[in-house]
Amino acid sequence: MGIRGFFSRLKQGLARTRSVFTGIAQLFGLRGRVDQAFLDTLERQLYLADVGADATQEIVESVRRAFLDKEITGDVESFVKAKLRDLLTGPSPGLNFQPSGPTVVMVAGVNGSGKTTSIAKLAKMCQDQGKKVLVAACDTFRAAAVEQLTIWCQRLGCDIVKSQQGSDPASVAHDACEKAKARGYDVVIVDTAGRLHTQTHLMRELEKIRRVLSKQIEGAPHETLLVIDATTGQNAIQQAELFSKSVQCTGIILTKLDGTAKGGAIFAIKRRLNLPVKFVGVGEQIDDLEPFDPETYVAALFETA
Amino acid sequence: MFEGIQRSLGEALKKLRGRGRITEANIRESMREVRKALLEADVNFNVVNDFIQRVTEKSVGQEVLRSLDPSEQIVNIVYQELIALMGPVDHRIPLAKDRPTVIMLCGLQGSGKTTTAGKLALMLRQQGRKPLLVAADLQRPAAIDQLKILGEQIHVPVYSEYPSDPVTVCRNGVAHAKKMLLDTVILDTAGRLHIDDALIDELRRIDKQVRPDSVFFVCDAMTGQDAVNSAKAFNEALDLNGVILTKLDGDARGGAALSIKEVTKVPIKFIGVGEKLEALEPFHPERMAQRIIGQGDLMGLIEKVAQVQQQISEEELRAQQEKLKKGLITLDDFRKQFEQIKKLGMKDLIQRLPGMDKMLPENEDPESALRRIQGMIDSMTKEERQNPDIIDLSRRRRIAAGSGVQPHEVKQFLAQFDQVRTLMKQMASMSLWQRLKMMTGLGQAGAFLPGSPILQKNKIGTGHRKSAKERAEERKKKKKKKR
Repeated sequence: MGIRGFFSRLKQGLARTRSVFTGIAQLFGLRGRVDQAFLDTLERQLYLADVGADATQEIVESVRRAFLDKEITGDVESFVKAKLRDLLTGPSPGLNFQPSGPTVVMVAGVNGSGKTTSIAKLAKMCQDQGKKVLVAACDTFRAAAVEQLTIWCQRLGCDIVKSQQGSDPASVAHDACEKAKARGYDVVIVDTAGRLHTQTHLMRELEKIRRVLSKQIEGAPHETLLVIDATTGQNAIQQAELFSKSVQCTGIILTKLDGTAKGGAIFAIKRRLNLPVKFVGVGEQIDDLEPFDPETYVAALFETA
Repeated sequence: MFEGIQRSLGEALKKLRGRGRITEANIRESMREVRKALLEADVNFNVVNDFIQRVTEKSVGQEVLRSLDPSEQIVNIVYQELIALMGPVDHRIPLAKDRPTVIMLCGLQGSGKTTTAGKLALMLRQQGRKPLLVAADLQRPAAIDQLKILGEQIHVPVYSEYPSDPVTVCRNGVAHAKKMLLDTVILDTAGRLHIDDALIDELRRIDKQVRPDSVFFVCDAMTGQDAVNSAKAFNEALDLNGVILTKLDGDARGGAALSIKEVTKVPIKFIGVGEKLEALEPFHPERMAQRIIGQGDLMGLIEKVAQVQQQISEEELRAQQEKLKKGLITLDDFRKQFEQIKKLGMKDLIQRLPGMDKMLPENEDPESALRRIQGMIDSMTKEERQNPDIIDLSRRRRIAAGSGVQPHEVKQFLAQFDQVRTLMKQMASMSLWQRLKMMTGLGQAGAFLPGSPILQKNKIGTGHRKSAKERAEERKKKKKKKR
């Protein structure tokens, strides 16, 4: 898929996001001075996009300092854009594949954030890059989670390692690693049960899965991706913080960006934890997972419809 | 739940509380902090601004400022406004007489609809109704299986057909309920992002064809500013009767709870507070507001205790009471009590007791402390549990090794247990209310935290170190005295 294809798809996906941010774009259309009313509107728009108090205040304050009492022109627009972009990461390099041996990708997140679907999309993406993919169904808790993943794997034609509902997820992880090493798989994607980050015993279970992986395969998991629902508000920061603490996340998959939500919490997450967004989920189809690109993200936000 | 909001709101209000005289400037300053606290808790931006405006207007009124205790007045205004924001609520689910009552659940993807359907079914079954679950989510792979497994767990029948059309499934489900003489039908519809017109249209068709008596919107408490948008969209399409807020057991600040009612005028009826299927509670705005203000929720606690006690047999309860009165409680009984506390949920318990939450150190997880103690008891022999006095150094070492703690922790715990035993003897003769009051006092003294300084007596040196022989003799004497 070319860059153009990606761009237009992200734009489509962000159509709704944009409709909120167009408020900002309209701001720039205003003529007059940067006064309190202008700053109030900017603040309101950022808050409504879930950007959060700290990041919002920082942006608003720097705009105030730089432009107070000046005419609103193109400058403010590019300034705000640049400010937003600076608060995000550089472009996502995608997954960090190992030169030899299987690359292990562990996926975690709270209940209902879209882990299983994201894993299917991720598996497809790896397959498209010519990798041999194995999926480990370590969500042995939720009713029918294994079935859901099995159905996806059948559709994709990739292999899956699974066990009974209620069995130890770490043992599934172990078996998957064994199989991957024996049969020469390139990528192992480990699904885990959704858990609220405040449930310490479940977080410890997650740590155990991670430990088992690292014992089986050198340096595994090579990627630990945290799935965050774009509709989540400021709680996303707590999620990122606690998940990172227990399993050292390496990146975020921001899902459901095709809804009306804006996922503004990623600004605060980057700010506090320096955790980058690696992929974004922009639709319900199997292809709707894209590497994250802040340039495009911010640019698409300011596209006028 | 609501901890964050509670803390920062508490901070803001505390600044007011200490002052004798309050000026308008004071109020505006603390309102700015209240505003930030609410925004950080994901309360909708517009709702926050209106709320702050209302509270400020009422607070700067001359009567408030001139009253004897202006700060308490303002706290009260905030409390009243919070209740007004969230309430009133009616928890009844209207029952149709001549046909099955139909309840339809809708919501975004991943908000917890299917789990909530199970919880709701269980709650209705416990109220003596005969529910039927209908699997109308044909979108997500395996959603039907999930509902079937849930149904099995709670002994509620599930109606499903596949492949089919959601509208047909719902219609046939209601017909099936009629035939099987079931009186309540719960429709679990597919999750959707509400921009999806096709899916909204599907919901509308179900609404039109099946005519549900109640439509509940299931909303994830962690949702940010978007909660209001989606609630609005669903309300426009379906005319909602109530909201069920889920995942409140996390550290979500629950701002959605404060916003949805205000914007859509649809009340929150129930809240989901745990992974277990019993974890669905009616929503009480007053109690919630009390919690936010930091006054605990004793009513809720009493209800919960009563609920758990129902699960324990009368006989067992009476036997326990007897033992308590005589002060004969053993470690075995103690462990049983722990199980009961666990059923209540330690964290939840602490949050509901006024003042308790402040007594816990930030990083100490009360549940893990409980588990540690349980481990110690589990590592003891039957004899030791009946008569902890026989535990000497070598036994202590063994217990410590068995439960993965340090030997001195075992000693600490046993000393605490001794004191708790005396306390329990006293408490057995008190009324429930007195007991609660005492518990609160104890909690503040740190009685529930292993290793807390309050209950530990300081050792006073005698200048003479006892030999092993002397110690053994002393133990013997102690034992004799006990008999």
